[in-house]
Amino acid sequence: MALAKVKLVTIIAESILHDELVAHLSELGASGYTTVESHGQGSEGRHAGELPGENIRIETLVDESVAEKIAARVAEKYFASYSVICFIVDAWVVRPGKYRDKQIGK
Amino acid sequence: MYSMSAYSSALTTNLLSPVTLCFCLGVFARLVRSELSVPKEVYMAISLYLLLALGLKGGMELSESPLSSIIAPASITILLGCLTPISAYIILRRLGRFSVADSAGIAAHYGSVSAVTFIAAQTFIAEVIAQNPALPPVEGYLPTLLALLEIPGIQIALAIGVLNGAGSKGRSTGSLIHEIVTGRTMMLLVGGLIIGSLIGHKNWEVIAPFYDPKGGVFRGMLCIFLLEMGIVAGSRLGDFRKVGIFLALFGVGVPVLHGCIAIMLGHLSGLTVCGSVVLAAMASSASYIAAPPAVRLALPDANPSYYLTLALAITFPFNIVVGIPLYFEIATRYYGLG
Repeated sequence: MALAKVKLVTIIAESILHDELVAHLSELGASGYTTVESHGQGSEGRHAGELPGENIRIETLVDESVAEKIAARVAEKYFASYSVICFIVDAWVVRPGKYRDKQIGK
Repeated sequence: MYSMSAYSSALTTNLLSPVTLCFCLGVFARLVRSELSVPKEVYMAISLYLLLALGLKGGMELSESPLSSIIAPASITILLGCLTPISAYIILRRLGRFSVADSAGIAAHYGSVSAVTFIAAQTFIAEVIAQNPALPPVEGYLPTLLALLEIPGIQIALAIGVLNGAGSKGRSTGSLIHEIVTGRTMMLLVGGLIIGSLIGHKNWEVIAPFYDPKGGVFRGMLCIFLLEMGIVAGSRLGDFRKVGIFLALFGVGVPVLHGCIAIMLGHLSGLTVCGSVVLAAMASSASYIAAPPAVRLALPDANPSYYLTLALAITFPFNIVVGIPLYFEIATRYYGLG
């Protein structure tokens, strides 16, 4: 089976940032995303939110150029004041066209 | 004429109410590291129910109150909503030497209202009136005042923070106002008020067994809700060390200050003594539902440990256990009844 390499971008953030983060992904060219609610603790301690201790994990499969833009945007907007981490790993997918030149929800 | 050894008796009434005892059970469960917890969905569903019930009953009573009787209490409530965040901010900034972001962030919590503190005060007042039939009945439109008090409080504190340069960059004020006005608390409360004022007495009678805040269903739900609040407050007790002595005193002193101002203004506006007690509980309380996400977005440099610990672990338990009977004691004296 032919596999193509794309990037898997993972952002773990305070849940209040969800809508803003998705708007950034959409603007920068991601074609979709998956969010899961998650729990954890990092160097900044507890996460803020409606109830303490909750964060979200957003994942999106994109081309390398888009992945870099997303990482740069997240770093610029959120690293200074919020509990956010972002990392990128390689991923092999069967249908690379599904992750290119399409918009979220379209 | 009302007379009793007011505070000790009111305190006993409050301490022995199932609502307060369930709260204490929650705190105790956390202190002994029990696995007890209320599922998040249950907690969310009960908070939805409580707010909607509050709105429906308030709206029904509002539709039966003459407009002229509400104008003065409504005006002083809005005035209170503007005063409380400013006084909290000044105390934190001038006396506590906290940063603009921290001062404004905490002030937003004290400007906003804890709906559960309001509900606990109403429940307490209902019990006190049941024991002392000589007391005048409490105004039915108080939930309307809750909505009026909620709106300016957060906004003013956030505006102080943003105007002093502590706001987050690249986020519009419009989106923040949208966040607060369309939040679940305001939607359910104001939506309930409108529905309650439209349905009339006959329709209310049908749903009253389920929604009436004086009824058994409401009280029972409130017990479970307070159990969870106790668990949350108990899990934050260890954060006391993080906030320091000044903030710990602030979390007790400022509610009493705001409570006294509310009683004076309530008296001035013609509220009954019990109405003033509920207003005092509202004004003294700190929000932990609407304010934290709004502050986190608008003032990201404010330390969440400060405002969450203050609102949840200090001011809320203080009000639930001793604050509300204390406001009752102060109000009865101020009204010349004690």
